[in-house]
Amino acid sequence: MVKRNTENVLEVSELNTWYGDRKILSDINLSVSRNEIMVIMGHSGSGKSTLLRYILGLEKIKEGIIKLLNKEVAKLSKDELYKLRKRIGVAFQSGALFNSMTVGENIELPLHENTDLDENTIKIMSRIKLELMQLSGTESLMPAELSGGMLKRAGLARAVIMDPELLFFDEPSAGLDPITSAHLDNLILQLRDTLNMSIIVVTHELESAFKIADRITILDKGEIILVGSKEVIKKSNDSRIINMLERRAISNPLDAKDYLNRLTKK
Amino acid sequence: MRLQLKKIMLSNILIRLGIAGIFLYEAIRSLLIPPYSINLLLKQILFVGARSVLVIVVAGLFVGMVIALQFYDTLVRFGSISLLGSAVGLSLTRELGPVLTALMVIGRTGSAMCAEIGIMRIDNQIDALECMGIDPHRYLISPRILAGILCVPILTAIFIVVGIFGGYFVGVILFDVSAGSFFQNMNDAVLNRDLCMGLTKSIVFGLLIVWISCERGFNLHLDKSGAYGSEGVSRITTEAVVISSITILFSDYLLSALIL
Ligand SMILES: Nc1ncnc2c1ncn2[C@@H]1O[C@H](COP(=O)(O)OP(=O)(O)O)[C@@H](O)[C@H]1O
Ligand SMILES: [Mg+2]
Repeated sequence: MVKRNTENVLEVSELNTWYGDRKILSDINLSVSRNEIMVIMGHSGSGKSTLLRYILGLEKIKEGIIKLLNKEVAKLSKDELYKLRKRIGVAFQSGALFNSMTVGENIELPLHENTDLDENTIKIMSRIKLELMQLSGTESLMPAELSGGMLKRAGLARAVIMDPELLFFDEPSAGLDPITSAHLDNLILQLRDTLNMSIIVVTHELESAFKIADRITILDKGEIILVGSKEVIKKSNDSRIINMLERRAISNPLDAKDYLNRLTKK
Repeated sequence: MRLQLKKIMLSNILIRLGIAGIFLYEAIRSLLIPPYSINLLLKQILFVGARSVLVIVVAGLFVGMVIALQFYDTLVRFGSISLLGSAVGLSLTRELGPVLTALMVIGRTGSAMCAEIGIMRIDNQIDALECMGIDPHRYLISPRILAGILCVPILTAIFIVVGIFGGYFVGVILFDVSAGSFFQNMNDAVLNRDLCMGLTKSIVFGLLIVWISCERGFNLHLDKSGAYGSEGVSRITTEAVVISSITILFSDYLLSALIL
């Protein structure tokens, strides 16, 4: 493997978060180095999207430190935070395209708002990204005319239009057919290899995670239970991880009386 | 117990007002600091203003006709039909024009703005804007607020003009009040002061409608009391319409009392 620059693009330390009184994340420590693909895995509801929201500065940090591209997110002013975000790209789970604009206008929006490029250059740049996502010819369609997988890819095209140093991708393959999701996996690898992006992918798909990840972080009920390469994960003897690898449902031995009590509890 | 409940409610209301205040501050701050986007503003002017003209014309016409009818019936009893022009002119410029236009704009534009921004919130589109380094206050809210402040007074003016024409139609054409006395009387009665009152009201109403409607949609996620998703959007849209209607009527009284 090529020797990588060891500079970190993301450092999270001792992060604790709450929604109201409910604790969602506990003692999160995580770092991602430049040019790395980090996959964050976990059951649904384990706090993956919440972690992303905190990293992106969308929620106010109460406890812990998050450093994004060497800047401490909580200490930035509003304008500094917006400036920092121009260097990152985020693809949301649903695509989050603006319904009132065409796909093309959606993808060009960051260039229109954040750069002084002329109209022609912007058009060409957006065509390149659409081509990359195999979405050529859709630029004049409205988001409502696209399928779920196409929306996700259009969202990804918008996220990478500014050639960000760091890309976040929430659930790329959730709800997609195997072929489309395999294509997305290849695309993620391609973005890292050709455009030198560092990429953080949130997913609960094992196969996709093992295909693209340099390292995998496993989140369970708001706690990180393991960070490591694929080999480390495969060798782990933590029962929660083994269950996940073997796609076993979490089984608690069932006590009939206790079960009945739980169901009938007022 | 009761007292405690009241305290909690009061502090909730204060927190809400604070959040709404910060929201307005952010939007106005973006209005004052360049860069400006003319495109976004024009789009909103088209939506708030141009597309509402027809509704306002129709409403203004009927309102003008009905107040002329009512005043005629009343004035005839006192034998002072010559006052019809001033009655129609004053009631339209001071009260009915600004208030009814505002209520029409709430129904047509405020509700749509609230629902649109609420949907953007629940679909993470507002988060997406933030993540692109685009300030959603600047991009979404400021153009709407400016369009509201610019368009509502113009719509109000249209309402008043069409309303006067409706009054003229009923008074002069149907009931044979002389056209000369109708307009002369109106001209004598409606002063600059009255026009200023109407203008002030309509500017304030424009700001209030857009502020309340956009804030409810934008801060949908802070509302812990109910469901999110499509039900949440429908609930806050209703809420926006009710709150802005009541605020308009209340501030109408307040402004009248202050200016008179
Ligand atoms: N806006 C919110 N308000 C309250 N609780 C939330 C909110 N968003 C997520 N949660 C809770 O936080 C936990 C983690 O959610 P999330 O990060 O979306 O999980 P994941 O993305 O791993 O499926 C869940 O238990 C969820 O109920
Ligand atoms: Mg999620």
